[in-house]
Amino acid sequence: MFDAAMFETILLTLQLAAVTTIVLLIIGIPLAWWLARSKMRAKEIVAVLVSLPIVLPPTVLGFYLLIAMGPNSPLTELIGRSLPFTFEGLVVGSTIYSLPFVVNPIRNAFETMSQRHWEAAATLRARPLDAFLNVALPLALPGILTGAILGFAHTMGEFGVVLMIGGSIPGETKVLSIAIFDFVETLEWGKAHVLAGAMLVLSFAVILAMRMVETRFKSDLT
Amino acid sequence: MIEARFSGEQGSFKLDADFTVPSKGVTALFGPSGSGKTTVLRCVAGLTRVRNGRLVIDGETWQEGRRFVPVHRRAVGYVFQEASLFPHLSVRGNLEFGQKRAKRGQGTIDFDDLVDLLAIAPLFDRPTAHLSGGERQRVALGRALLSQPRLLLMDEPLSALDRMGREQILPYLEQLHRTLSIPVLYVSHDLEEIERLADTLVLMRRGTVRAAGPIADVISNPNLPLVHMPEPAAVLDGTVKEYDSSYGIAKVEVPGGMLLVAGDLGPTGTVRRLRIGASDVSLSREAVMDTTILNALPVRIDTVQPSGDTQMTVRLKLGAEGSGAPLLSRVSRLSWDKLGFQPGDTVVAQIKAVALART
Repeated sequence: MFDAAMFETILLTLQLAAVTTIVLLIIGIPLAWWLARSKMRAKEIVAVLVSLPIVLPPTVLGFYLLIAMGPNSPLTELIGRSLPFTFEGLVVGSTIYSLPFVVNPIRNAFETMSQRHWEAAATLRARPLDAFLNVALPLALPGILTGAILGFAHTMGEFGVVLMIGGSIPGETKVLSIAIFDFVETLEWGKAHVLAGAMLVLSFAVILAMRMVETRFKSDLT
Repeated sequence: MIEARFSGEQGSFKLDADFTVPSKGVTALFGPSGSGKTTVLRCVAGLTRVRNGRLVIDGETWQEGRRFVPVHRRAVGYVFQEASLFPHLSVRGNLEFGQKRAKRGQGTIDFDDLVDLLAIAPLFDRPTAHLSGGERQRVALGRALLSQPRLLLMDEPLSALDRMGREQILPYLEQLHRTLSIPVLYVSHDLEEIERLADTLVLMRRGTVRAAGPIADVISNPNLPLVHMPEPAAVLDGTVKEYDSSYGIAKVEVPGGMLLVAGDLGPTGTVRRLRIGASDVSLSREAVMDTTILNALPVRIDTVQPSGDTQMTVRLKLGAEGSGAPLLSRVSRLSWDKLGFQPGDTVVAQIKAVALART
């Protein structure tokens, strides 16, 4: 049913989703904390920017990313290499594209965390970083898990952004959704079926896992 | 000494509180809701920062001018109104949270002793969600104390509990008061709690301090609103002198006199908090012979004020020279006028009932 090329595609997709999720958490958790706790007015502008990919057509986002990563762009000069049509380029694009799906649930979790717990930690001599790591993070864990799962799933399914900045290079940028599109274009319905089916099962499993995590934590934390 | 002065605005609320109280025993911040008690407590903890503040605890400055020691560097224990236990930690985890972060070598509260005192050992492995309200506050109190505070702050710790929960936890608070030497600032709007627990009273109203001093003085001060409550009472601390087991009567020495109190109040030397309601004290010119009332003591009339149209509230000082503890008496205006008492007179107070404020 699966051939080597299809395995390569699936593996690459999982790899992209995993790396992107890690990057998303590293960027998303501090960003969500800042959005939840800062008293700066300007933070709402940042919040809107973070949420833009929810409404922006992926091709528009991909178009701007392509320009930002173009040969003479400041970004390219800064890092000294060209990002379009590379795995790294896909990670950058996916991170921006999936950012709202990670930041928003984590921000929510930080915001619903009772101010009293934060204050209690301080009165028990916890410095701010200590309180963040040992009180805020564990209490926000359900939100962080939800964000991670959503980010992972969203990255796995993306198409438009990848098409614009990644193309279809096997082993480098050819991910599941692109492969399915290619198979349909070349009328290989059987192979498209296999990949589409795999995607369906995986998505189902992801949502199921998320629900289970949520119910477990809800019963633990209330 | 705890020297505190906080002034500033928070929205439409204006705080301008200034008081100095001894850094031992329980100091109650008392007043109606909205009087700024909790804000003062938060200022002491460093959770709230007002523009102009000064806070010195036994010579150590926590706030003055631009100096502001952040919360996590102040050795305070804080018990919140509602339980603030960390839901992701077990009871033991919560207790250890503060203990681990206490400065080494500071404080003397032993983990096992405290766990015994609060009777929380059976709760150790339970998640905090499975505790009753009273159990939660006991654990919260233990957690605060294990951080080895120099000052314990309690913000209406009993207000979220029902009557049973309250009765469950009050004895522990009284026990702590007897065993530990940590000064406590205790916010409450419940006079009964304060009569039981407080040594010093800070009376607050609309963001300002109306009076601060020993509870016996503040509670019976005729210029303060407490004496005009429906059932005012005096509180006094007495020392048990002897116990007559055949009649079940204890002799208790209070400043300016000796009282007979029903019940075994403990061995000689035990200090007990007594409460004497103003309506349980009647006055007469001479000692009344042949009466069933046990306590008839000479007192000096200090001040008198009408309470409503029909009653007078009289402040007395125990002892013929009026050098003892203050008492309150509520008598009808009719008998007051008929007997013609005047401030400065020495009369006899018949005390119908003496209650123990602390069980």
